[in-house]
Amino acid sequence: MTTNKLLVKDKEIVIPGQELAQGLEYLPSQGTFREEDKIISTYLGLVSINQRFIKVIPLTGKYVPKVDDMVIGKVTDIGFYGWTLDIGCAYHAVLSLRETSGFIERNDDLTKYYDYGDVVVVGITRVTKQKSVDLTTKGPGLKKLIGGKIIEVTPSKVPRMIGKQGSMITMLKEKTGCNVIIGQNGRAWIKGDSTEKEALVTKTIMKIEKESHINGLTDKIKNMLESKK
Amino acid sequence: MTEKRVDGRKADEMRDVEAKVGIIKRADGSAMFRVGETIAIAAVYGPRELHPRYLQNPETGLLRCNYDMASFSVPERKKPGPNRRSVEISLVTQQALSSVVDLSQFPNAVVDIFIEIIQANAGTRCAGITAAALALAHAGIPMKDMVSAISVGKINGKIYVDLNKDEEDVEDATDIPVAFTGRTKKITLLQLDGNITKKELDEALKLAGESCEKLNKIQEKALRECYKNE
Amino acid sequence: MNNDYIVSLIKEDKRVDERKLDEYREIKITHDVSKNAEGSARCKIGDTEVIAGVKMAIGAPYPDSPDEGVIIVTAELTPIASPVFELGPPSEWATELARVVDRGIRESKAIDFKKLCIKEKEKVWMIFLDIYPMNDDGNLIDASVLAALAALKSARMPKLEEDNIVYGEFTNEKLKLNKLPVTITLGKISDKIIVDPDSKEESVLNARLSISVCDGNIHAMQKGGSDGITIEEVGAMMDIAIKKEKELRSIIK
Repeated sequence: MTTNKLLVKDKEIVIPGQELAQGLEYLPSQGTFREEDKIISTYLGLVSINQRFIKVIPLTGKYVPKVDDMVIGKVTDIGFYGWTLDIGCAYHAVLSLRETSGFIERNDDLTKYYDYGDVVVVGITRVTKQKSVDLTTKGPGLKKLIGGKIIEVTPSKVPRMIGKQGSMITMLKEKTGCNVIIGQNGRAWIKGDSTEKEALVTKTIMKIEKESHINGLTDKIKNMLESKK
Repeated sequence: MTEKRVDGRKADEMRDVEAKVGIIKRADGSAMFRVGETIAIAAVYGPRELHPRYLQNPETGLLRCNYDMASFSVPERKKPGPNRRSVEISLVTQQALSSVVDLSQFPNAVVDIFIEIIQANAGTRCAGITAAALALAHAGIPMKDMVSAISVGKINGKIYVDLNKDEEDVEDATDIPVAFTGRTKKITLLQLDGNITKKELDEALKLAGESCEKLNKIQEKALRECYKNE
Repeated sequence: MNNDYIVSLIKEDKRVDERKLDEYREIKITHDVSKNAEGSARCKIGDTEVIAGVKMAIGAPYPDSPDEGVIIVTAELTPIASPVFELGPPSEWATELARVVDRGIRESKAIDFKKLCIKEKEKVWMIFLDIYPMNDDGNLIDASVLAALAALKSARMPKLEEDNIVYGEFTNEKLKLNKLPVTITLGKISDKIIVDPDSKEESVLNARLSISVCDGNIHAMQKGGSDGITIEEVGAMMDIAIKKEKELRSIIK
């Protein structure tokens, strides 16, 4: 019988192919797989151990669409079916006519609603086996974005930027008075009433991206925002 | 009895190596790997949409690889663009890496690897593979294992690791580029040209395996460091 | 959306990375990045990175200049540098880049080609200048020219044995560049002129003008982009280029 042994610590950085644990006591979760009696990491990422479950959160990588994610997309094509959006992954994401929040008349000019190049906050309702993505704008906060700017961040860092129960993003918004929406696909929309404030939000988000793994980040960010007021 | 090599190395000693990750900002993943005076840069783009459509595979993503040498990387200028050698190296590189990447969650998509040799002093395809594996990991591509590669060879009846250009050019030298996976220690690249017995080859492959283990640790360090610097 | 953002900032004389309209990003040049080359250099402008390499060969001169050496400039826009570059023969952008770099060097007479003659009508030195962008974050032209000049400046002549090159061996004799004709690229966004557009600004540019200048003399120009520019705008761009050239040249040295 193999002894059960944990080979890494929680929050340790691991590389693909690295052995994380030995023995059947431990169970592979996201970002890991079992090989014989060992659990192996699939990614360059951060180990997360929850009782018997071992997970690896990738530090890098493009967005992988998931149902119920809120993402920011850009309209790239319009057809009789609705709109095709680029959401930053290798696959087509479609917002069909039925999934829009408003009522669309027959033979209406669809560009009236969302035009080529428009940026829209959408929700993912379905991801097929072939990875086609179905989108919706029916839901709170799902809408076209006007003005402002978009920055791109690593999707795996988005949870840190939003914070527990939105604590980080709320602090960002309150301290700068800017509108901020961060999509799970690593796109953040910033709109404020001055370019200085927008630049401050940008710098802050980039800092969180860089230091997401460091403790005490929330306080650092708080200080950064307050000192610039 | 170990004869010292022209550059002072022992038979089982690799040249000085250096690895750095994240050097090409526009790429999804990238790395530089240097062994002695050979410098390889690898960039990964993907998973991304694959064109032309007939190449798309609904079961899994495709791994594509292109190896190229810069015209000024060698003593006698190489005309820019692919030649038969680079086409062959692109193929064996792709095969060396495809056994460790898991592209099952990317049906119909492609992961592109581009390798550029900036400076060449033998062992270029091995440096390219080692850099490419780093770039793939940096790009967040799911992998079952890491891969690293080194050349081993036989000169005048003795087995050496990491032949440099002068050693490779010795008459009747046997050159053997090999790639090993990190944890499972499987060979994913193996080519040979020369004249060697089975016993000698066994010794050479063992030496290659030990050297790749060392390279693996250097890859690990480079990947962790990239994270610390973020 | 970001295009609109850039335009709205420009109207207030601002840029996304907080540069002034006539300010370059940080420029860094490293010499001798490839040891098998006669000369080589890497130039970074912000995140844009280009490597240039010089290799020399001996060949026959062109029939209309039997006593002059030859320079051949090639640019390889490898897919490493950008998701929009594709494998294959040089695209029109690669060709334009190579020819623009060539023109600045040739027209400024930065190289004395007569000195590169070995035997009139039979043998001359051929300089191969190959440009490899490694990361495209805008303004490949200026970065390529700086990398090319730095590579040419530090290039050493190969060793010759009875008029044949001994590959791998170099002399201490430098190639000799008489001048350093730098190129300044300017863009026009809604009637404002900016210097050194980054890749995001490049996608919004209405027009672009690259000016090769040396000691106040203009040796080459290349306009890109589909919008027209007025004579006054060209004049203003030339003034900025002349103002900036010293700054760029001092970085090569």
